[in-house]
Amino acid sequence: MKFRFAHESIEINAGLLIALTMVVISIGGLVEIVPLFYIDETIEKVEGVRPYTPLEQAGRDIYIREGCYTCHSQMIRPFRDEDLRYGHYSLAAESQYDHPFQWGSKRTGPDLARVGGKYSNDWHVQHLKAPRSVVPDSIMPNYPWLADTSLDYSDIAGKMRALKTVGVPYSETDVEYEQNVEKFGKEMADMFNIHRAQENLLAQAQQGNFDGDRSKLTEMDALVAYLQMLGTLVDFSKYDEGYFAEFR
Amino acid sequence: MAHGASAVDAQYNYDIIKKFSIMALFWGVLGMIAGTYIAAELAFPFLNFDTPQITFGRLRPVHTTLVIFGFGGSALFATSYYVVQRTCQARLYSDFMANLTFWGWQLSVLLGVIGYVNGYTQGREYAEFVWPIDLLIAVTWVIYFMVYVQTLRRRSQPHIYVANWFYMAFILATAILHIFNNLAVPVSMFSLQSYSAFSGVQDAMTQWWYGHNAVGFFLTAAFLGMMYYFVPKQAGRPVYSYRLSIVHFWALSFLYMWVGAHHLHWTALPDWTSSLAATFSILLLMPSWGGMINGIMTLSGAWDKLRTDPIMLFLITALAFYGMSTFEGPMMSLKSVNALSHYTDWTVGHVHSGALGWVAMVSFGSFYHMIPRLYDTELWSKKLVYVHFWLATIGIVLYITAMWVSGIGQGLMLRAFDDYGNLAYTFIETVTFMHLPLATRMIGGMFFVSGILTMAFNIYMTIRTAKKEQAEIEAKIAARMAKAGV
Repeated sequence: MKFRFAHESIEINAGLLIALTMVVISIGGLVEIVPLFYIDETIEKVEGVRPYTPLEQAGRDIYIREGCYTCHSQMIRPFRDEDLRYGHYSLAAESQYDHPFQWGSKRTGPDLARVGGKYSNDWHVQHLKAPRSVVPDSIMPNYPWLADTSLDYSDIAGKMRALKTVGVPYSETDVEYEQNVEKFGKEMADMFNIHRAQENLLAQAQQGNFDGDRSKLTEMDALVAYLQMLGTLVDFSKYDEGYFAEFR
Repeated sequence: MAHGASAVDAQYNYDIIKKFSIMALFWGVLGMIAGTYIAAELAFPFLNFDTPQITFGRLRPVHTTLVIFGFGGSALFATSYYVVQRTCQARLYSDFMANLTFWGWQLSVLLGVIGYVNGYTQGREYAEFVWPIDLLIAVTWVIYFMVYVQTLRRRSQPHIYVANWFYMAFILATAILHIFNNLAVPVSMFSLQSYSAFSGVQDAMTQWWYGHNAVGFFLTAAFLGMMYYFVPKQAGRPVYSYRLSIVHFWALSFLYMWVGAHHLHWTALPDWTSSLAATFSILLLMPSWGGMINGIMTLSGAWDKLRTDPIMLFLITALAFYGMSTFEGPMMSLKSVNALSHYTDWTVGHVHSGALGWVAMVSFGSFYHMIPRLYDTELWSKKLVYVHFWLATIGIVLYITAMWVSGIGQGLMLRAFDDYGNLAYTFIETVTFMHLPLATRMIGGMFFVSGILTMAFNIYMTIRTAKKEQAEIEAKIAARMAKAGV
């Protein structure tokens, strides 16, 4: 009887109903999300992981624009078949500079977390333009316009600044630059200098020649540059088997 | 009767409900056609036509946004405004603010999908809206909350009916989820692009906390609110157990918020989080089934209605699908099952048994009940409701079965080894295998689309007939007044 009386008082009081509902729906999220920001073991201690270069970030933006995540995951699970097919399982550290994350939820196509270096640039260009010309049974759409569209990199510095605001260590001041030199080495620290963003982007595209055509800088250059670095940052031969299991 | 209708207009704001209902059907038709089209693209990739705007990657968020927010959202606005007015016996608070929610919501959906086809997206599943639209949605939602609460406060009886608790929880939870999941820094004030505040593992957790509770509160709690009003109304009987509805409400609201991380089993998310989520997913089976039982048992003693009333058929079948998918969900949240099902079409099939079987079916049933009452008339054709029911049901069964074959089949192939311990199949071999189930799924989608088109036609004729009746009555009254020399 007491229970009925108590609940009756909620049923006749909108304010109380709202307040109690808020309490009840807040608990789950708080318990599961907040600790992830504070528990050290959430992200593994590992060498090699770095932010994206300006060109790679531009490529990543195209990856998101085209909705690649609707068919491709970037998260390898610790199973034997996935290890054989894609490589070492993905670490949390490997996506620590990913805003937003692109782990995906569906593999209509294969996982891409370690696609970097698996195929040549030429293969990627051909495959993106016409997937069925290299994989006859593929159901991926053709993306011919990527090779024809010039890359718009006018706001790359602005993008890096926005990313810096959310925590990616791109540098604007000398102090930040020095910190990057210490952390990532001089060559990479130069890459992460926001003041040299455009210059760096052009240089990497010119040097890498990702779309096989040096005469123009296209969206294909950026996207292939991004795909070719995916999953290549950590040298797993440096770590004992079982080291990463401690963090799980 | 004209006189009666205008009296009702004064008592309740039906205009806003009519607008939302019509838009729900409009977006529903478009969204389901978009869904069928992208299903066809997977079976027959030439349908991408080398055109950026209609490639799968860009159209998929168009489909999900149109059906979840366009169809589902508008249906929830419509029914919540109907239910809150009827159960509180009070007129909706502020016509102006209610209209703002209408235009704010429709504009968000419209601008959102125009953005996607042109490549403007946040790249977060079910939250692809770019940041200015997120702000518009947030403002619209706050207004919605105010309209709803103020209407509750106007109620002419002390008690708040159970359906309203569920709608209230949906409004509150959606606000929290939307705000936290869309925290982002825009590239500039004039750029549509932004970067999410969180990265990697924290971002994944936030997104799936949002993603699963979009299912939990947007697509479940709110539609349970719909169920708690329309099932008893259509059955003409009180809800089976009031006490069960209390337990159901609090247990569901509490448990749902824990389960999102089961989308991240075996990923780089720490094991403790996803294990905890799986535990709560299993617990969630109880309130889910409690709600289903409460709904279905409401018909206890009036089962014969299933033979004569196609609307009841929609509502009860919806509850049956709800029961089925809330059993399948906890099962798929088990780590061992998830290892196979994750990343495959099994998940897609599961979502659609909930989305088509539960969300869409309960909305159809509720609309068939509500729309004739809004226009003070009868449904134009009861037969077409039967036709719709069977088209929809056959469509769902084809869809789900095809996805089980495709998903479980692909999952098994990917983990198969030959006698030497090598992988038995390449990835592309699984794609080849999936062609037939993918084509079958497309046919299932076509059935479902024909169903909602049938409904749209039936509703159109119903409204047209109602307007004609009204005009005739008004003409008669006018003639009589003229004769009397007034």
